[in-house]
Amino acid sequence: MALVLTDEQAMIRDSADGFFAEKAPVSELRRLRDARDEVGFSRELWKAMAEMGFAGILVPEDQGGVGLGYVAAGLVQEAIGRNLTLSPMLSTAVLGATAIIAAGTGEQKAALLPRIAAGDLLLALAAEEKSRHTPNQVETRAEPSGNGFRLTGRKSFVLDGHVADKLIVVARTDGEADDTKGLTLFLVDRDAAGVTVDRTVMVDSRNAARVTLDGVQVDGADVLGEVGGGWPVLERVLDAGRACLAAEMLGLSGESFRQTVDYLKQREQFGVKIGSFQALQHRAAHLFCEIELVRSATLRALQALDEGGNAALFVSLAKGKASEVAKLATNEAVQMHGGIGMTDEFDIGFFMKRARAAMETFGDGAFHSDRMARLMGY
Amino acid sequence: MAESLDAFRSEVRAYLEANCPPEMRQPFQSEDDAPWGGRNFKWSAPQKAWLDAMAAKGWTVPTWPTEYGGGGLSKDEAKVLAEEMRRIKARPPLQSFGIWMLGPALLKYGSHEQKLEYLPPIARGEIRWCQGYSEPGAGSDLASLKTRADDHGDHWVINGSKVWTSYADQADWIFCLVRTDFSATKHNGISFVLFDMASPGVSTKPIKLISGYSPFCETFFDNVKVPKSQLVGELNRGWDIAKYLLTHEREMIGAMDTGGSGPGLGQLAGKLIGADADGRMNDPILRGDIVRADMDGLAFMLTMERVKDEAKAGQGVGALSSMLKYYGTELNKRRQELFMSVRGSDGLMWEGEESRNGAQPRNWLRSRANSIEGGTSEVQLNIIAKRVLELPGA
Ligand SMILES: Cc1cc2nc3c(=O)[nH]c(=O)nc-3n(C[C@H](O)[C@H](O)[C@H](O)COP(=O)(O)OP(=O)(O)OC[C@H]3O[C@@H](n4cnc5c(N)ncnc54)[C@H](O)[C@@H]3O)c2cc1C
Ligand SMILES: Cc1cc2nc3c(=O)[nH]c(=O)nc-3n(C[C@H](O)[C@H](O)[C@H](O)COP(=O)(O)OP(=O)(O)OC[C@H]3O[C@@H](n4cnc5c(N)ncnc54)[C@H](O)[C@@H]3O)c2cc1C
Repeated sequence: MALVLTDEQAMIRDSADGFFAEKAPVSELRRLRDARDEVGFSRELWKAMAEMGFAGILVPEDQGGVGLGYVAAGLVQEAIGRNLTLSPMLSTAVLGATAIIAAGTGEQKAALLPRIAAGDLLLALAAEEKSRHTPNQVETRAEPSGNGFRLTGRKSFVLDGHVADKLIVVARTDGEADDTKGLTLFLVDRDAAGVTVDRTVMVDSRNAARVTLDGVQVDGADVLGEVGGGWPVLERVLDAGRACLAAEMLGLSGESFRQTVDYLKQREQFGVKIGSFQALQHRAAHLFCEIELVRSATLRALQALDEGGNAALFVSLAKGKASEVAKLATNEAVQMHGGIGMTDEFDIGFFMKRARAAMETFGDGAFHSDRMARLMGY
Repeated sequence: MAESLDAFRSEVRAYLEANCPPEMRQPFQSEDDAPWGGRNFKWSAPQKAWLDAMAAKGWTVPTWPTEYGGGGLSKDEAKVLAEEMRRIKARPPLQSFGIWMLGPALLKYGSHEQKLEYLPPIARGEIRWCQGYSEPGAGSDLASLKTRADDHGDHWVINGSKVWTSYADQADWIFCLVRTDFSATKHNGISFVLFDMASPGVSTKPIKLISGYSPFCETFFDNVKVPKSQLVGELNRGWDIAKYLLTHEREMIGAMDTGGSGPGLGQLAGKLIGADADGRMNDPILRGDIVRADMDGLAFMLTMERVKDEAKAGQGVGALSSMLKYYGTELNKRRQELFMSVRGSDGLMWEGEESRNGAQPRNWLRSRANSIEGGTSEVQLNIIAKRVLELPGA
């Protein structure tokens, strides 16, 4: 596949850019943060995103979605990154939809996918238990009970867990604490008996949750995929999320860079524009190259997901590289703005905060470097 | 379209299978294997057979028009040819400054007669070219060059000297920047001329590099007569041609080795240094450095691919040759440092069979020049800052 956008994809990019710049720019993030909004995003916006086809971007057409695939989802996520839009796009449209498409039964798909696409159902992935991403470390247990299972354990960093209608819980039906075998995915209602959800507001003003499962009874029909065979599904879901997060970081790195280059052309010190200082020019030019590399790696990862084969290497490349470059881009942005870059009133700090949260989500540069090395045989 | 490409692929595959000698299906072992061509080049039998087979099809320069010795291939077809060559690990049949630099410049700026005269011998590997740009006083500030060409009616007389002229002592012809107007501003008095290195008054003096090789020279011109028909493009407008040629040179240097030595460093390290029960290389900090370089290397290769694909689709940004040059050469230098670390004291061996005459340290040292030749890294960053980011001048 050529590493360029098709005409259709270029149209999606343009419409996503226009939509988010108008409906959910950075000022909207600031407004929601200052209002200490309980939901943390605008439900109206999510409805509008569903109407645009974004909520159902991965959902097949016969299930009410638009079925445009991961490159398209990545373009939406990139626009979200540029505007620092708050929405459940990642948790529901990417992670949730991928899980159900990958592992759902016919009934589960029919029941859930059309509601995702319509913007009526919010999902959250409850996988992590450690503060650093280690998806195989699962201590939450699922014991056979009745016609199903009883779940007990604690989950952290459940993105949008505070508002999700359903949680996709990863629990251990077999094996030791860090085995990849013996994991099973479950669909659990957030208001089921025994589920406690504590909202945690994060540095980037998004919300995650700590979820406690205290003997939660789950019906056999709510197992997602094979009992004990959850790992490949989880990897697929995480890889989808990672590639889309790479796209989000591409968007936010590019936008904070654009604003910084603009600033270098406006701000004067020593009687000249600061952009005329070579010490800044070379760093900006270097950063330009790095962002171009992220663009290539991200596009390739999203294409690999669309091709359906093993995308792991390209996904780790994209997520790892995008994380490192987002860190560099946002640090340079603040630095090159000088004192004003440190102020809350100025937007540039928001980019740094989102970058850090996106980096920590599903593996940072170190995690994905290690994964890449292993995939390459060393 | 896709169908005819498939047909083309089978045709290419069959032709390569039938015509690529087995000796030509392995990577270059050393500088000596490089098929530069030219009047004095000593071809081995397989090298010559491979060259002739490819030149017969025009595939030494696949995208050049057939009337000038090329294959007349579309970019898509050329990509197929490259893929098929890679599939059987075929070496390039010919490599030269004529192919990488002068050819593209002549195709754009040369007259029809000049193209007919100079391009086919490049495609057939008969004439080897060198590049007369840099001078003792004109490096990064190339446009300040002083080698002069004086008008003597039907010919020019050239006086001055060049430096760092790669392979000047082995080249047959030179493409050379000369000053033809001393009153104009520095960019507006330069012309682009071609002449035979066997002309009376041309002499060269090899310079030894830190790698121990001496691939470049000082080059002197003492009243060298050059017919006026050997001026390319317009008089005093040579700077445009010089810059255009540089974009090709930069893409070539940027692409050098990053592909060939691609992922492989980590595997080599794993083998030489050993691994734990999980297969993780033993030296964890070195492993981290290697994988970061592999990461950047793979992302860079994808970027080269994307830039090509975007150019085909008529999209993309300018000044990318500077990005590719800067990033590719810095990356290659980093990889060479890592190769040295991975090999440890074995990598220090400078002489003898075992080390293939010190191939590793010599490659490492040679690669230091990548971020200097063709315009330094700092100059590339200046170009990106100016042309792409449009930052103000200091
Ligand atoms: C938390 C905080 C506390 C502070 N406390 C005090 C205080 O108590 N008292 C006080 O007086 N000030 C204080 N300052 C101000 C501080 O000293 C200035 O912010 C600083 O000197 C930079 O000036 P500036 O913000 O105008 O940035 P600018 O000068 O506009 O710089 C913007 C960017 O351009 C770069 N730049 C500027 N000139 C050059 C050049 N010639 N070459 C290369 N790069 C250049 C800078 O390095 C920077 O990256 C404080 C700032 C902060 C953030
Ligand atoms: C192996 C090799 C092969 C070569 N082959 C050829 C050839 O075939 N033909 C040919 O014509 N030339 C050739 N060159 C010459 C090459 O193009 C020059 O060396 C190069 O352009 C740099 O010029 P310089 O050596 O004069 O360095 P200088 O221009 O003196 O640079 C010295 C240092 O100052 C820095 N610098 C200079 N200007 C700036 C600026 N504006 N901003 C920031 N930093 C700056 C440079 O980046 C460099 O680090 C070759 C060089 C090498 C090493």
